[in-house]
Amino acid sequence: MDVLADLRNRGLSGSGRGPGARAPHLGRRPSDHTLGWARSEGPQQVRSRQGMRTGSRRSSTLKGEGVNPYVPILVLGAIAAGFAVFSIAAGALAGPRRYNRAKLDAYECGIEPTPHAAGGGRFPVKYYLVAMLFIVFDIESVFLIPYAVAFDQLKLFGLIEMVLFIVTVFVAYAYVWRRGGLEWD
Amino acid sequence: MGIEEKLPSGFLLTTVEQIAGYMRKSSLWPATFGLACCAIEMMTTGGPRYDLGRFGMEVFRGSPRQADLMIVAGRVSQKMAPVLRQIYDQMVEPKWVLSMGVCASSGGMFNNYAIVQGVDHLVPVDIYLPGCPPRPEMLINAILELHDQIQHAPLGVHRRRVAEAAERAALEAVPTSQMKGLLR
Repeated sequence: MDVLADLRNRGLSGSGRGPGARAPHLGRRPSDHTLGWARSEGPQQVRSRQGMRTGSRRSSTLKGEGVNPYVPILVLGAIAAGFAVFSIAAGALAGPRRYNRAKLDAYECGIEPTPHAAGGGRFPVKYYLVAMLFIVFDIESVFLIPYAVAFDQLKLFGLIEMVLFIVTVFVAYAYVWRRGGLEWD
Repeated sequence: MGIEEKLPSGFLLTTVEQIAGYMRKSSLWPATFGLACCAIEMMTTGGPRYDLGRFGMEVFRGSPRQADLMIVAGRVSQKMAPVLRQIYDQMVEPKWVLSMGVCASSGGMFNNYAIVQGVDHLVPVDIYLPGCPPRPEMLINAILELHDQIQHAPLGVHRRRVAEAAERAALEAVPTSQMKGLLR
């Protein structure tokens, strides 16, 4: 409190709110900080504002706050996206279309592409095994992590219960380990 | 041209062919096919002194799918021939080929079994550029000639009629073997 009063006395405003006490005739109205084209119009608007206190709000410019200064960036983004879509559409419509088998081949610097099996070939089953093991031990960790957060409130009962849970999952872990499920090849 | 004078100022008239030709020739993107010494000259032409960037051509695309112009710069060996043809096939229409240097145009000084005697054995060539190697100014001249060709290329039905007329003229022309008066 004292710091702010001190700063104010020295003519500085802590968060840069404007000219402040040094130039009280400048920057007082909220419309001064917004863009020129987004300002409210003037005396005519003031009169109509006074007349329609309970009316519906037509647009933010009538209230005198100005349009959000980030609106031009959105408009620019919309123009850029529209241009991209227009380019692709115009190319699809106006472009010549001549079929060539090589155009559908993969680009491999001009050589014939390496032959791949149809539909991507068969998937090795080890990926499925890894996914299944991940699910099982992930569920275990889903239980362990909240326990780690609140273990002191659960006291001895929670500890014994958790140990029994871990031992149960450990049996599954030991089985997978000894049966070779953790080998990648 | 008569209509343009009668309209108020600020109106320009053009045809679809002219506009499409203008748009095709500006920023024609070349595909890198520098094989030998002519590639050095092509690189120089892309450099700051002889600038290809002023035509919008400083981007030599690595992928043929994004390229319009294939500048075959250098000698094409028999081993490289299918690669050249595959790259040409993978380019998207509209595409043009500029054969740069004498080796690409006709086999050059390598009149042997290892070098393809002119890339027009492999791909249809739009403009030939002789030189061993051609100077960058010569390459720019060839590119400007190609630009003229692209700007004035007919489109659509007009193109088919022009092609048919050219075929008819070629079929009815006097064969070179029957031309008298040449040094034969």
